[in-house]
This record gives sequence, structure tokens and C-alpha cells, in this order.
Amino acid sequence: MTKSLILVGVGGQGTILTSKILAEGLLQLGFDVKMSEIHGMAQRGGSVNTQIRFGEKVYSPIISSGEADVLLSFEKIEAIRYLNYLKPDGTLIVNDYEIYSLPVLTGNEKYPKQALEMLKSTVPNTVVIKASEIANNIGNIKVQNMVLLGAAVKRLGLLDLDWISIIKDYLPERFHELNIKAFNAGINEA
Amino acid sequence: MKKIMTGNEAIARGAYEAGCEVAAAYPGTPSTEILENIAKYKQIYSQWSVNEKVAVEVAGGAAIAGARALAAMKHVGLNVAADPLFTLAYTGINGGMVVVTADDPGLHSSQNEQDNRYYAVHAKVAMIEPSDSQECLGYTKAAFEMSEKYDMPVLLRVTTRICHSKSVVNIGTRQDVGVKEYKKDVKKYCMIPAFGKIRHHIVEEKLAQLRDYADETPLNRIEWGSRKIGIITSGISYQHAREVMGNDASYLKIGLSFPLPERLIREFAEGVETLYIIEENEPYLETYVKSLGLNCIGKDIFPICGELNPEIIEKALKPEKSRTVYALDIPIPTRPPVLCAGCPHRGIFYALKKYKDVVVTGDIGCYSLSVMPPLDVTNTVICMGAGISAGIGFEKAFQQAGKNQKVFGCMGDSTFFHSGITGLVDAVYNKSKLAIIILDNRITAMTGHQQNPGTGKTLSGEAAPIIDIQQIAKAVGVKDENIKVVDPYNLLETQEALQKAYEATEPFVIIAKRSCALLKEVQKNRANLKCSIDTDKCTQCKMCLKIGCPAIAFKDGIMVIDQASCNGCTLCMQVCRFDAIERTGE
Repeated sequence: MTKSLILVGVGGQGTILTSKILAEGLLQLGFDVKMSEIHGMAQRGGSVNTQIRFGEKVYSPIISSGEADVLLSFEKIEAIRYLNYLKPDGTLIVNDYEIYSLPVLTGNEKYPKQALEMLKSTVPNTVVIKASEIANNIGNIKVQNMVLLGAAVKRLGLLDLDWISIIKDYLPERFHELNIKAFNAGINEA
Repeated sequence: MKKIMTGNEAIARGAYEAGCEVAAAYPGTPSTEILENIAKYKQIYSQWSVNEKVAVEVAGGAAIAGARALAAMKHVGLNVAADPLFTLAYTGINGGMVVVTADDPGLHSSQNEQDNRYYAVHAKVAMIEPSDSQECLGYTKAAFEMSEKYDMPVLLRVTTRICHSKSVVNIGTRQDVGVKEYKKDVKKYCMIPAFGKIRHHIVEEKLAQLRDYADETPLNRIEWGSRKIGIITSGISYQHAREVMGNDASYLKIGLSFPLPERLIREFAEGVETLYIIEENEPYLETYVKSLGLNCIGKDIFPICGELNPEIIEKALKPEKSRTVYALDIPIPTRPPVLCAGCPHRGIFYALKKYKDVVVTGDIGCYSLSVMPPLDVTNTVICMGAGISAGIGFEKAFQQAGKNQKVFGCMGDSTFFHSGITGLVDAVYNKSKLAIIILDNRITAMTGHQQNPGTGKTLSGEAAPIIDIQQIAKAVGVKDENIKVVDPYNLLETQEALQKAYEATEPFVIIAKRSCALLKEVQKNRANLKCSIDTDKCTQCKMCLKIGCPAIAFKDGIMVIDQASCNGCTLCMQVCRFDAIERTGE
């Protein structure tokens, strides 16, 4: 049975690196894996998503609406934007974090209040992670992606793998300690 | 050995394993990472060329000289490179030559969604289409073999979802084919009319041989399942179709997309009850199948516009299936891409916005984002180079209409080297009054920071001569007094230069020189530079919001600057009339 996972966020939040580590881990676990990313304008604050599908044999790298087992959102309204991808019994993992887009900053559009409450009342399996806050406390907001990776791995039931060594493979040595700390914090939080 | 690779990484690996010796490209999403990955294989000489035409000519020359060579580009790049490709089809090659065209169905980051499969037909060269990363590797190797066997360049056509999707790949080792001997042969390689005429006949003969080969090659294959439905498909559409239909259909998966396998298609069509053609964008396969007198269903139920995905195919082939989806019915803000905090382009566009009576012809790059509010200053974005040349046209048309309206033409440094120099020569030669702005951020930024002739580095990171844009402008005849180099972080200096350009009656060049804010060394050097707002002085006039910086917000009743993303460019400080913004740090 193919499982699907969609990671969404804002360009610059580290969704792509997180997806790469996840895909590598799934390969090491013996799955056929496909991952699709769209990153043309990702550095420039746009909405980004990467999709991962794994199982015995995977054909399409693209997830259809209502088919994601897990929606991992790095930002609150991005969770709402991509909510239609989530399976009715799927799990939403959402970072309790707001990034205002330019139309919101300039006052032309409004950022919805109570986004989290609405998500929680809509999706029974909602897991809220204060990843940005945890990352900040650890020492750098940039490792919020590793907090969320830890949370996702835990919720996907994939702890039975040496994720730490994969994280080390994908990051320069000077960042290892901080990122591993964040990853473990994510596991504990979920 | 098993690895997980993107299509682009796998194409690079395939070129390496095939013994490719020379590779050239101009960066363009979604193709950029092909050359970036080839550059990691030190056995291959690789380079960023100034544009796609040059890249194909470099690869073509190398192939004629006897090396296996590759050129890679995005779909619109092949428009630029079409000229050498069409004639290389006539000359043929010596060492194998592969031209990668990376199409962008869905326009994830392009100005159109042209379907380059038609280029193979038009240029009369074979075309191969992989459907995942494993095939990207294997088909690249097959393309080199085919190129040498049939003595022609081979097009490898991929799409964004192939380039940027990762899947599992078994990698092999490099085949050391070396560089073949080159022998002078003017009748083959000098396409003067007398020789070209002869070569055209040879091209037709080679295509006839390839048509026979198309029916036999394992690149095209039938996968029998239920015979009620037959699907002819290629590339990523094959993966989507298999995902949706599984064994409830049979598949003819086309890997060699030109020339198409007539006998195989007829055999497949006879073996199934209803024949569907599933392909992205144009009805390329469908038109061919119908030309054989075969009934099939294609664009009647599948869209021409946009990318395909499993859901679209399911809706068309299994309309009875319904999906339950979550929905939160509240308006959520859009998140368009924006010029980054500290982007050096912002100052120029903010200053330009003050002129209400000008036309700004834009170009392809980060600065295309100047189209978006609140900057909203650009009138046209067409293709690489049109920032200058279309500006000349505007200016001449206004002249014809008796209007004295100023036109500004904008483009980046990499774009200027790509195809802006010719426009600049045209402007000088034809006595245009165009004001040209080169947004020189010292890198090819939009595609992810590639080196270019202005940066002083090559693809492999070696030091290179820096080609000076100011010297080029002088050399082609722009007068010294009509060339201004400004720092776009300095608003006053920028405004003064714009005013001079506005008043000029001759070609005028402004070079706005300031490194991209995202460059690693820039981020490091400016890490401690921050602007912040003194809320006691701030009158909330919101003037600073007009520069469209994503670091500045009106949040919880006060104006704030996000300290994490601000790099202290001070543009906001310079527009503030109440002295409420200050900069800190060294």
C-alpha cells in the first residue's frame, strides 16, 4: 500500500531539505520512494510544497486530493491552503507559526485569526507543534524544520532507523549538534 | 548501487556513465541542476555558456571534434538554440551529442508552456522521453548511443516533474569512450547550399532507418493489462496513468517519441477495445495516431493547458469515483513570490515608480517580480533580451505616433550577457532614446545563484576574467556622460541617475550594481546590519510599506521590521519622512 506525505510551507523554511532527509530514510527502510518538489521561486517567499510517496512500488510522484496520510505544514495558513490533500482519517502536523505574506504586510489581505482552532475542529487528528518556538529556544529558528521532521517521523511510526546519521550526511558538521537536538525535541513533542 | 536522485541528477549521472566529455548550458528552471551536477564529475569539461545557442554550438563543435557532448536548457532556451540544432541535424556529429530540453507544463517558473516535442519533428532529430530518474540515467546513455549510430544530435525531452522529482536509481560505472578521431570533411560539416542539399537527402534516409528502429527499440514497450482500455502515453503521464489505472488498462509506453513507432501503435490499437492518448499539453501523439486512421480519445477529455496529474486522469477515466476532502471555507491570504528583504532591485523600481508617464519593458529574472504590487512598474515581460529590444520598439512606435514618452528597458546582468548586448548595439545603431537599466546583482539569481561572465568565476568555481558591462556600453558607442553606475541601496544617487536618463535624448545606460542579498558572502557580511523602527517617532504613515519589503509589517497596531530577514539595506530608512527608522550594526 502506497503512503503519501505532503510537506508545505513558505520558501526559505527548509521544507525541501526535510523532504530530502525523509526520502533518503524511506529508501534505507527498503521502500520504493518518489518525491516531487517545485522550487522555481521557492527562495522568494512563495508558498511551497513537496510530496513524498512510498510503498512497494510507486508510479506517480504526485498526490491527489484526499490522499495524503500526513500533511506536515510549516506554517498555519499553508495548512489551510493544502488541507484538501489530507485523507479523511489522515494526520495534520502543523507548526504553530505565522508568516505574513506581502499582501498581508501591506494591509491588502487579512491573516485569519484562530487558524489553529479552526484546523483542530475540522481535522480530528491534528498535532500542533510549536516548532519555531522550540527551535528558537534551542538556539536558531532555522532548525524548526528538524523539529518538524522529528515529529513527522514519530507520527509515521518510522523511528526504527538511524535518522541521525542521515541528518549528518545532509548537513555540514558545524550544524550537527543543533539539528540533532531539534530533531529529538520534535520526537518528544509529538 | 541504489541511490535516490532527481531526474536532473540522473541525467548528469547518465552523461557521466556514457563517457560524456564536454557539457554546456545556460541556467534555466527546471534544467539548471543538470550542469551543476555534471560539474561534480571532474572527468567532464563543463561550462556555463552565455546563452543556449552558444551552449548548443559549443556542444556541437565538441561532438564534431569527436567528443561525446551534451547541452542542456529549459524549453524556451531551445528557441534560442534552434538555429544550430536544425543544421547540426544536417551535418550530423562524430562523437555522440545530446540536447536536453526541459519543458515546463504548468508554467511553474516560465513565461509559456510550449511543447518542445514538435522541435524533434521540425529539426528532424530523434527524441527520447524518460518517465522517471532511472530512465533519465538509462535513456541519456541510450541517447548518446543512438546519436552515434544514426549520426545526429538526439533530443532528450524532460519536464519539470521529471527534472525535480526524486526516485530510486541503480547507478553504474563510466564507460571510457574517449574522444574519437576528427577528420576534415567539408561535404559533411560545411553547410554551404551545395553540400546542404546533399545532406538533406541523407537526413531523410536516416529518419527512414530510425522509423524502422522505433518499432523494435525497447525504449517503446507494451504492457498488457485489461484490454478494455488501451493507453498510449509517454514521460510523466505514463506514471500518472499507471497510478490511476493499474492493471485495468494496457499501456503503450513511448520512450522514443520521434520518430514514432507506426507498426507498434497499430498492433497496440488492434489489441484494445478503446484507445486513449494521455499526454501533457499539445496533442502530439494523438495527432500522429489519428493520422494513421486510428480512433482514439485524447484532448476531448484531457486538457491542453497545464500539467497533468493522477486526479485529472481519474476524473476523465473513472468519473464515478468520488473523493472526500477536508475544506476550511475561510478566505486565506495569497502568497505570491516577492523580491526578498534587502533585494538590490527594489531601489531602482521604487525610484522608477515615481515616473507616471513612462513605459518599462522588463525581462526574465527576479526583477520580473517588479510586476507585482506595490512596485507594479513593469509593462512587458516577454523573453530573455526583450527588456532592451522591445523597449526600442515601444520608443519607435511612440515616435511614429508623435508622442514623446520615455521608455526604460530593464534586465539583469546575466540576461544582458545572454541576449542584451545585441539589443544595446541595436539601440545605439538605430539612435534610440531608450534608457537602459542593467540590474547588475553580480550573479544569475533567479535560477539559484549561477556564475556568469560578470562574476569572475566559472561553473567549476575557477577564477575567470570579469566582463565589465560598463566597458561594453562604452565600446558599442554609448557616450561616457550617458553611462551611470549607481548603488541601488543609495536612493538619492539612483534617483539622480534616473532623472538624467529620463531627460536624455540619446541611448542612456544605468548600471545598478549591488550583489544579490542572498549571496552567502553578502549574508555573512551584512549579518549584523538591521533597520528598526522607533515607534515613538513613527506616525504610521505607512510610506515604508510602499517599497514592498517583506521584512516590514504593520502588526498588532505598530510598524515593525522583522530582524531575522532585514539586512539593513536602508531603503525604508531613506523613504521615511519622520526619521523613525534607524540602522544598527557594522
